[in-house]
Amino acid sequence: MSKRKMIAYALGSSLLLSVSQLSAAPNGQLIADTCAGCHGTDGASVGPAIPNLAGYSAQYMLDSMNAFKNGERHGTIMGRIAKGYTEEETAAMAQVFAALPVYKAAQETDPAKVAMGGPLFDDGCANCHENAGSSPGDDAGILAGQWLPYLTYSMEDFKSGARAMPTRMKRSLDRLSDEQVDAINHYLASQQ
Amino acid sequence: MSNLTRRNFVKLTGGLAAVSAIGLPAFSAAAGSKRVVIVGGGTAGATAARYIKRGDSSVDVTVIEPNTEYYTCYLSNEVIGGDRNIDTIRFGYDGLRGMGINVVHDTVNGIDPAAKKVSTAGGQSFDYDRCIVAPGISLRYDTIEGYSEDAAGTMPHAWKAGDQTRLLRAQLEAMPDGGTVVMAAPPDPFRCPPGPYERACQIALYLGRNKPKSKVLILDAKENFSKQGLFMQAFERHHNGMVEWQPVTQHGGVVSVDPAAMTLTTGNGDVIKGDVFNIIPAQHAGEIAKIAGLTNDSGWCPVEAKTFESSIHAGIHVIGDAAIQAPLPKSGYAANSEAKVTAAAVVAMLNGIEPGDPSWVNTCYSIVGPADAISVAAVYRLIDGKVASVEGAGGLTPMDSSATDRAREVQYAYSWFDNIVADTFG
Repeated sequence: MSKRKMIAYALGSSLLLSVSQLSAAPNGQLIADTCAGCHGTDGASVGPAIPNLAGYSAQYMLDSMNAFKNGERHGTIMGRIAKGYTEEETAAMAQVFAALPVYKAAQETDPAKVAMGGPLFDDGCANCHENAGSSPGDDAGILAGQWLPYLTYSMEDFKSGARAMPTRMKRSLDRLSDEQVDAINHYLASQQ
Repeated sequence: MSNLTRRNFVKLTGGLAAVSAIGLPAFSAAAGSKRVVIVGGGTAGATAARYIKRGDSSVDVTVIEPNTEYYTCYLSNEVIGGDRNIDTIRFGYDGLRGMGINVVHDTVNGIDPAAKKVSTAGGQSFDYDRCIVAPGISLRYDTIEGYSEDAAGTMPHAWKAGDQTRLLRAQLEAMPDGGTVVMAAPPDPFRCPPGPYERACQIALYLGRNKPKSKVLILDAKENFSKQGLFMQAFERHHNGMVEWQPVTQHGGVVSVDPAAMTLTTGNGDVIKGDVFNIIPAQHAGEIAKIAGLTNDSGWCPVEAKTFESSIHAGIHVIGDAAIQAPLPKSGYAANSEAKVTAAAVVAMLNGIEPGDPSWVNTCYSIVGPADAISVAAVYRLIDGKVASVEGAGGLTPMDSSATDRAREVQYAYSWFDNIVADTFG
């Protein structure tokens, strides 16, 4: 066999290899379907302690999973699960949820708290969490219509330092009392 | 679309759930008939039916299940403890029918892998292109002398939820204060590995509140068990010496039971008297798996890991508790997860597409005390043709986790339940 031919064969086989690797790209849908056992079919949760994932931007989802993985975000079980996926797999899964319409959970909220929380949110949070926390494009999660117990746990974790947050958010949050945070949670949960 | 090669198509759609969104006409010529018969409408069977329909609505899906209502084993221990009404763990099949799935209430008594035919006790016959067998477990009454389906009417196993759950609950309610509940925990492998110990916690919760002089004695067929450290901590933390666990080496195993005398005899020759007996015997795959020749010497069904297609009979997939699926456990979450992988594979195969790489998850909560739940989780992938737990991921609730986290895990358990039953039964 000539040297040139050997190189050609070698190139050919490496090409074949890369094609087979491509066809084994992560199956985002299959991974996303495994999340449904806890987060609801198509990321629409019917269990109030567990957040809806439908409509989250891919960037927010990837950031969240990475934060769980490296411990920046406290979780009971999510850190253990997030570590099971490569960056590529997580990204493929995130694309699936990003393509779904945002799901807003119908739930009971306290009207007085909702009325109190709205202006507080507009004043302290709306710069980053656009359109009352309903825009996936801000890469800051979907807060509007998110489940109240989940929002409550999240804010407890931000306040206690169990979950990292941007400096700007910390500045806003430090100015809010527990009662005000609770009002904001009710306001967000009420957004349909 | 027309420019796409098949390989690109598969790659772009990332397997199959997206196939239905794009449409299947490109494959209809190659596809032929697409009939799937699913034997068993528990967590694995019902999930598989729904996810096949989601993946390709043109597949003709029939589920054959004897019961018109299914009671989940998960959270049934809370019914036994008295914190939960049994109606909350009961599910019907309207959610499946609403998707166009044919649900038949009959008992499968034969599967012919050559003729690709399923027959029932009611005299019906169903042709399939792919069959999914999800019969859950059968209880090996013969492993304990004196135990039988009849004896379980006095000494319930309550390992298939429903009437057995009600019976055990009623017996606990009728038991006098100062009585002893004797539990026999089964040898591996069995359905719901942490289940017997969560049950002991739930029974102790009830007794602690209502009959505080009583005891729970667990005679285990094993030397150790799932989430052991966390359960032992819970026995201590919440149940104040009420629960005693004995490994098999201490008592020599449960050899026989006498329902009339309300006693059992151990391998060491001790006769133990109890007021309530919860005898959970060793288990095998559900009966139809044996009848259909899908089991090996272990009594469980060997499968190819990628698609859970039987290693014995081509064209038949076995999912859920009946399959040899380790390191995946015999849990509700695993059954739901296996069903989705297999549903995707079945849809792909029916459409002439190579199934994609599988990905499985297990998550399992145990409620061990007031505002105290613990969990185990793992992520699995296919490595060298076998199911493998992803290293560095998964694991248990830490022994020193905070009271806040333990209380949240209870709420996560409840929300997990809400979501998994909706995902499974619609």
